[in-house]
Amino acid sequence: MTYLLQQTLNALQLGSIYALIALGYTMVYGILRMINFAHGDFFMVGAFLCFVVVTFMQLPFAPALLVTIIGVSLLGVIVERIAYRPLRQAPRVSAIITALGVGIFLENFTLALSPYPKSIPPLIPAVNWTIGGVTLSSLQVIIVFLSIALMSALHFIVQHTRVGIAMRAISWDINLVPLMGVPVNRIVSITFALGSGLGGAAGMMYGMAYPVIDPYMGILVGWKAFISAVVGGIGNIRGAVLGGFILGAVEILVAAFLPSTYRDFVAFSLLLILLVFRPHGILGKPRSQKV
Amino acid sequence: MPLLNVTDVTHSFGGLCALSGFNLSLNPSELVGIIGPNGAGKTTLFNLITGIYRPDKGSIAFGGSELTGRRPYKITSMGIARTFQNIRLFNELTVLDNIRIAHYTGSRYSPVEALLHAGRYRAEERRIIDRSLELLAFFEMDHLSVETAGNLSYGLQRRLEIVRALATKPQLLLLDEPAAGMNTKEIDRLMEFIRWIHSEFKLTILLIEHQMRLVMNICERLVVLDFGVTIAEGTPRQIQDNQQVLESYLGPKNLELGGGLQ
Amino acid sequence: MNGGRIGKIQASSKHIIMKRKIIMAGILAAGLLLSFAIPRFNLLDQYVQLVIMYIGINIILTLSLNLVNGYMGEFSLGHAGFMSTGAYVSSLLTVKVFSLGAGTLIFPLAVASGGIAAALLGLIVAIPSFRTRGDYLAIVTLAFNVIVKSVLENIDAVGGARGFLGMDKLTTLPWTFFWTAASIWLIRNLIYSNFGRGVLSIREDETAGELMGVNTQQVKVLVFVVSSFFAGVAGALLAHLIQYINPRSFDIIRSTEMLVMVYLGGIGSIAGSIIGAVTYTFLLELLRPLEIWRMVIMPLMLVLLMIFRPRGIMGLREFFWFVPVRDFMITKKFKGAKADAAAERD
Repeated sequence: MTYLLQQTLNALQLGSIYALIALGYTMVYGILRMINFAHGDFFMVGAFLCFVVVTFMQLPFAPALLVTIIGVSLLGVIVERIAYRPLRQAPRVSAIITALGVGIFLENFTLALSPYPKSIPPLIPAVNWTIGGVTLSSLQVIIVFLSIALMSALHFIVQHTRVGIAMRAISWDINLVPLMGVPVNRIVSITFALGSGLGGAAGMMYGMAYPVIDPYMGILVGWKAFISAVVGGIGNIRGAVLGGFILGAVEILVAAFLPSTYRDFVAFSLLLILLVFRPHGILGKPRSQKV
Repeated sequence: MPLLNVTDVTHSFGGLCALSGFNLSLNPSELVGIIGPNGAGKTTLFNLITGIYRPDKGSIAFGGSELTGRRPYKITSMGIARTFQNIRLFNELTVLDNIRIAHYTGSRYSPVEALLHAGRYRAEERRIIDRSLELLAFFEMDHLSVETAGNLSYGLQRRLEIVRALATKPQLLLLDEPAAGMNTKEIDRLMEFIRWIHSEFKLTILLIEHQMRLVMNICERLVVLDFGVTIAEGTPRQIQDNQQVLESYLGPKNLELGGGLQ
Repeated sequence: MNGGRIGKIQASSKHIIMKRKIIMAGILAAGLLLSFAIPRFNLLDQYVQLVIMYIGINIILTLSLNLVNGYMGEFSLGHAGFMSTGAYVSSLLTVKVFSLGAGTLIFPLAVASGGIAAALLGLIVAIPSFRTRGDYLAIVTLAFNVIVKSVLENIDAVGGARGFLGMDKLTTLPWTFFWTAASIWLIRNLIYSNFGRGVLSIREDETAGELMGVNTQQVKVLVFVVSSFFAGVAGALLAHLIQYINPRSFDIIRSTEMLVMVYLGGIGSIAGSIIGAVTYTFLLELLRPLEIWRMVIMPLMLVLLMIFRPRGIMGLREFFWFVPVRDFMITKKFKGAKADAAAERD
């Protein structure tokens, strides 16, 4: 029982990181029908940005988080403006390839600047509480609560603000919405800012929770978060969060019973099985084609 | 025996009923028109016949065999071809390739023969090219053979779409608003064209059209659809005199616009 | 034989067809001869020979992926998975099964077996993933790539994560030339057939294709299987060239590299695939002095290419030597003198 609780806690921690990244994939997909394959690398940039501000500027936790989120948001907006926007009317594949290109660029650019793996110094006092045999660290608490807070904020923005309404409208029909006076470009920029910012925050948390950060860390974590978004139903915000937590739980479960090398195998196989039976994900709805 | 028999077909999207209890029977070499306001379920009927949608209820039989549940390509190979409301050519490909693709079902060679360009490949390709060029020449389009389909003028694209449908050797041709976007003069020519292919290729034709002048002049029989049900059926003359059609569909305004109802 | 329209067209230009055949045979013979002569008499240094073999392998890979992504307009993201299948299966054959020096003799068989194993896997991947539309092929192939890598890492018999070695250097210049030429020829043949036109119809408008009688499901599966076969062949050749393989060398970064070559050279074009593979391999070697910065510059170039020339250098156009004579003659007849000039220019 204690063991189970302990693992649930670990799953929550991992799941919230996946969920935060998955939100970025799902928002961009929901609005532009584009898989932003550079998103995993935004996550990596978040970790490195945090490393830089913490190591060189000695910023404490809260300001470092703020700077990381804003920095990665800006990166997302700039990438969209320069690389994706010119391709909005081009074949969809061009945009995907561009995203892959941006991703490789970010990875190798970071690698060129930082050839060795780095490690983020402790930002918060490490306190461990033991309640009935279950160990709870201050880090875990912060990661889980902060993630939930950020997700709730996003949910509020999308459901209850004018910007959110505009986003949802664009996701229905990007060609129709400008006729109703919605500034599409600005809304897309905001979407990228929000999505990337969440990814950056996830990168920072990941860097705090795990020993090393390296320029390629965004690839696998990014793919997995993407898969979370697909499992939940890509384009669906609640689906992304659900998918993130499911994947976190699956991975922790596998690690508990099988050698850790089987983790990716099981996670991705589950995805395939799910896709065969529910091609549109758990909460996603199929889109019918028009003839 | 009728060529096409649509019996009691119902189809709905979500809660919206596009067709309900629809019946239609076409005799060989008939030329029948379907009219009705937008959203009456006309294109849905085409999509059901060609296998893009599967009806919720009812049966569609063609030459005695059931069509429901079959894949679209299979239905095409059984002898039903269609055109689309908004032209759907293979825009990046040449005119000739557009026609050659329509020969897919008629050709008999295996993937291995294709990979090696051996066996039946040569003779079959020769036959397909010959037939395609002949067909294009017949419609006075062979000089455009290597032109990119997307670069053709609107009228030629419409014509190419019909030629492409004919290349599948259909017995039944479904035309979805062939006159859309055409002016009076072009419609006159289109009427001649449809009459001509109707007799020349010994086809049965079912066409959807809003242009009253066209349907009234060339169709032998008309079916009027509204909200997924048939509200009238008969010869063009009978439809013209049908009070219910006049009131519920055509309306006084449309009569003037239609222009062919005097 | 000479009946019908196309017969007349061909009969009227017999000498052109003859000339074409002779030149084609000449190029092939010269290539084969050179591929034997270069290593025999050390005409080029070892490094240049190696780069040429890389180019050959990359051409096969690019063509293979171009079938799915360029001609068919679908999006496969995990071709490195098929490549690794070919690499491991063929290596197991030459090292474990025929270890007693018979490697040289059964090498072509081993390469083909690698291809067939990859094709079988392609079949398994294709059947469920083409039931749905849109981006799902990308997702399924991506997952497939990770799964294959993960499985290989967990099989001790092939060295697990440490990798697998012991292959002789069986990939030689003549073999590379043979497989590259064969791949180009076979894929060209497939494209210029009924099935190939079915593939194009899927890219242009899948529903219209199906309604014109194309069995789109069958075509998709067929193309994916053929594509996987060639990816497997390329993997087998690579394994016997570098004589060491490990699961990490077939991860998504490798798949991305293949995508880059396809979109650099041009989608839906054999000439484009060749140009893409040659340019990419060459640039990568040329920029080697820049070390890590070359991997910064390459993706930037890709992004710029996508913005300014989203269909790659060739972009659906084809070099006329790759167009079968029949299609070429039709173009010639209807475009007349204009086509001549254009073909020469291309």
